[in-house]
Amino acid sequence: MTTIRDAAQKLMQTAIGLAPERWLPGGTPDPLIGRHGAIGSSVPRIDGPRKVKGEARFAAEVPAGNMVYAALVYSTIARGRIATLDTDATQAVPGVVLVMTYRNAPRMAPPALFMSDPRAAGASSLPVMQDDTIHWNGEPIAVILAETQEQADHAATLVRVTYTKETASTSFDAATAQAHRPDSVLGEPAVIEIGNAEAALAEAAHQIDRTYHTPRHSHAAIEPHAATVWWEADGRLVVHDATQMLNGTRWTLAGIFGLKEEQIRILSPFVGGGFGGKTLWNHQILAIAASRLSGRPVRVSLSREGVFRVSGGRTTTRQRVALGARADGTLSALIHTGIAAMTAYNNCPEQFSFPARHLYAADSFKLEQKVADLDMVANTFMRAPGESIGTFALESAIDELADSMGLDPIELRRRIEPVKDPTSGHAFSARHLLDAYARGAERFGWSARNPTPRARREGEWLIGMGVATATYPYYRMPGGAARITLTREGQARVAMASHEMGMGTATVQVQAAADRLGLPIAHVTFAYGDTALPPGTIAGGSSQTASIAAAVTAASEKLVPALLKLVGNDSPLAGLRAGDVEARDGGLGHRSLPERFESYASILSRANRDEISAEAEAPMPLEVQKYAMHSYGAQFCEVRVNAVTGETRISRFLGSFDAGRVLNPRTAASQFRGGIIMGLGLALTEETLFDARTGRIMNPSLADYHVPVHLDVPQIDVIWTDSPDPHAPLGAHGIGEIGITGVGAAVANAVYNATGRRIRDLPITLDKLL
Amino acid sequence: MLITINGQGMEVALDPRTSLLDLLREHLELHGTKKGCDQGACGACTVLADGERILSCLALAVQYEGRSISTVEGLADDGRLHPLQQAFIDHDGFQCGYCTPGQICSAIGMAAEIGRGVPSAVTADLAATTIPPTRDELRERMSGNLCRCGAHNGIIDAITEIYSAEAAE
Ligand code: FES
Ligand code: FES
Repeated sequence: MTTIRDAAQKLMQTAIGLAPERWLPGGTPDPLIGRHGAIGSSVPRIDGPRKVKGEARFAAEVPAGNMVYAALVYSTIARGRIATLDTDATQAVPGVVLVMTYRNAPRMAPPALFMSDPRAAGASSLPVMQDDTIHWNGEPIAVILAETQEQADHAATLVRVTYTKETASTSFDAATAQAHRPDSVLGEPAVIEIGNAEAALAEAAHQIDRTYHTPRHSHAAIEPHAATVWWEADGRLVVHDATQMLNGTRWTLAGIFGLKEEQIRILSPFVGGGFGGKTLWNHQILAIAASRLSGRPVRVSLSREGVFRVSGGRTTTRQRVALGARADGTLSALIHTGIAAMTAYNNCPEQFSFPARHLYAADSFKLEQKVADLDMVANTFMRAPGESIGTFALESAIDELADSMGLDPIELRRRIEPVKDPTSGHAFSARHLLDAYARGAERFGWSARNPTPRARREGEWLIGMGVATATYPYYRMPGGAARITLTREGQARVAMASHEMGMGTATVQVQAAADRLGLPIAHVTFAYGDTALPPGTIAGGSSQTASIAAAVTAASEKLVPALLKLVGNDSPLAGLRAGDVEARDGGLGHRSLPERFESYASILSRANRDEISAEAEAPMPLEVQKYAMHSYGAQFCEVRVNAVTGETRISRFLGSFDAGRVLNPRTAASQFRGGIIMGLGLALTEETLFDARTGRIMNPSLADYHVPVHLDVPQIDVIWTDSPDPHAPLGAHGIGEIGITGVGAAVANAVYNATGRRIRDLPITLDKLL
Repeated sequence: MLITINGQGMEVALDPRTSLLDLLREHLELHGTKKGCDQGACGACTVLADGERILSCLALAVQYEGRSISTVEGLADDGRLHPLQQAFIDHDGFQCGYCTPGQICSAIGMAAEIGRGVPSAVTADLAATTIPPTRDELRERMSGNLCRCGAHNGIIDAITEIYSAEAAE
């Protein structure tokens, strides 16, 4: 893991060397922040018609001539070796083209683990099918290629395998005895201690010291992981993937197969839901290897069970939150520690202690994360990794403290609102959490809440209200570049290898580029989803919107001087420099002299050019080194709990967010709601069941893994402060993950208010309330 | 065997194990109908068989010999979106769009069920001949169509716009 820290440090040193002044103290905020144009309007999704007509083509739907279908066979033990492997009956099935096992798989380097290098995308660093070793229960041990999926699936059932078992670590409870601190948690220290928090806790007038448990979760995107792959005659590799890491996947595959990056093209224009799960797992690597061996294009489309076996989800945690408070509610101690299950070959420690590093003022802190190594499929990032379940523990504990002190939980949060980041000491770039609380409380009717638990009842139903803070960091990823091409017709084509998984990427980026270039949105297109375009950054950490916007800004700043170079002496722009002009009305104009204007079409046609192009890389995200940059929210929930059956229903929900400037209210509302709904699943129904004896996932299906369905989802109200962050491109924060944070605690706190029962172990199923 | 897809009769020769879903997706290049689980748990594969909604992943294609199947590709009329398709756009009833064809086909089949007076688990009066398409009715009846992006509100809004107005007429 030292490599990760080294890489992070190296990255920062390079960054500081580049030292762009934009978005930093003394720098000028993005000029688009104050302007009202396409940005901020509810533009319908550009790809809407294709999606409702079923015309959006996903990875498993790309045609390839002479293609074969893959089926995988999964190990049924967690650790050991393959003793015997009989594939004769499989080979004999009509239509079978190839049976690949460790015996004939090509030699491949292990994947570079995500974050071991800024370009790495591997979900684990384990070698893929290189010997007879088994590393987790469900690891693919054979790939069958056949002319049809039916033949491949049938042939896969005929593989006969026996194992020599070795002792596996499959019990989280047992493994916690050897829990250890990781070298870093996403580049941050695993432990932060300020003052002596344990001593302060012991002396505090009011104390809460609780343990919370959260289970494993599955992303459960409705599109199963899939790829259609082939090798060209000249040795180039084409991968139609469902991915949120186009360029990372390309770089990592190049390493695995000993190729140059330029020899690989990854395409992924539509992804049927990602949530952190659509990254580089074994199935793409195996399909590519099998395609090489067979000489045929291969489609691998994981079965739903396969998704659970091959790709990991959110891991399980045990967390302790302890709060010491004075009579006025201010905190003398804030302790948030715990352990997450992980493997020895991945790097996702589930940063549950992150919210406590930034949310509240306290005299002393003890924040520590450990990991316990298990033999299981590599766990990974899932929507607000850490923050989703960390806020469950922290925000439940805050509610417990408020309740024990007889304080309103919103009032308690007012009293512990910090003036600067409590652990880094940095100034907040923008923080309006209390404003979000005030607006939310007003709209939700919080004042009607009876603070006494179990005080409101309608027939069989106990009714309660709860609230919790949402928080998620602002990230912007380095390494992306955008290209803008302006044509003589006054059209702009913006291109960057980025991702659309439902966020509305193209729609919002067209809005942003239109305003940036002074064009109507109908004159702008955004090309993405293809590594043939300038490199994009990952769709992760809610970073993509800002990452793209920064790159497009950089490209536009290169485009303007290039355009000015083209203007002749008789142009109204003659003699002007980039700093004198702005993009408006389909051209460039002097900032204060309206008559000094020339349209792009006119500039290009006078210069006798069909088009002009500029490409530039975004500057390093130094703003996050100077400021504490986060999004916030106040999640309000009303539940009805059946006093007889223990069933919990969500009757009302409101999310009041403070997440920078909202670029498109229509798509933003959908993202906020989507996060909240996944949070309702986290609160009430979702749990990936893991057999602690065998390491087997016991509910690998959408029938047994319970995501919220229509009847579970009430009308969800979302509002936002719309306060721009002056240090972020467009003043905007990514909003894909903030919605899920705080929801677990808001529900648990409402359940407590309804029933008097405090559930500290997710999900809140009815057996726990009886 | 002969099967009618979106009004067009076609002759297909198939491995009898082929599901109706795989017939559409892998043999006829009609990828609008989605596969989310292949085991009847998600609703992404919903199509209309003689107007009734079915899960095409649980249907063997050969069972549908002679039947008429409608998929999402057959809904638009001469390039003009079906009103429900337009309503999905207007209410932002999707994000990734993967569950969307199934939601739309399911909603069309569901509206017909309400129209025929078929009660659901939340219908208060089982003897009623007309069932008002309340939000609860729609939510209950659409619960077999999962959406992981969380577009539930927009989906029910879109269906309400189209079918509550129709019911009121
Ligand atoms: S694919 Fe048919 S129900 Fe999921
Ligand atoms: S829109 Fe993505 S699953 Fe429904």
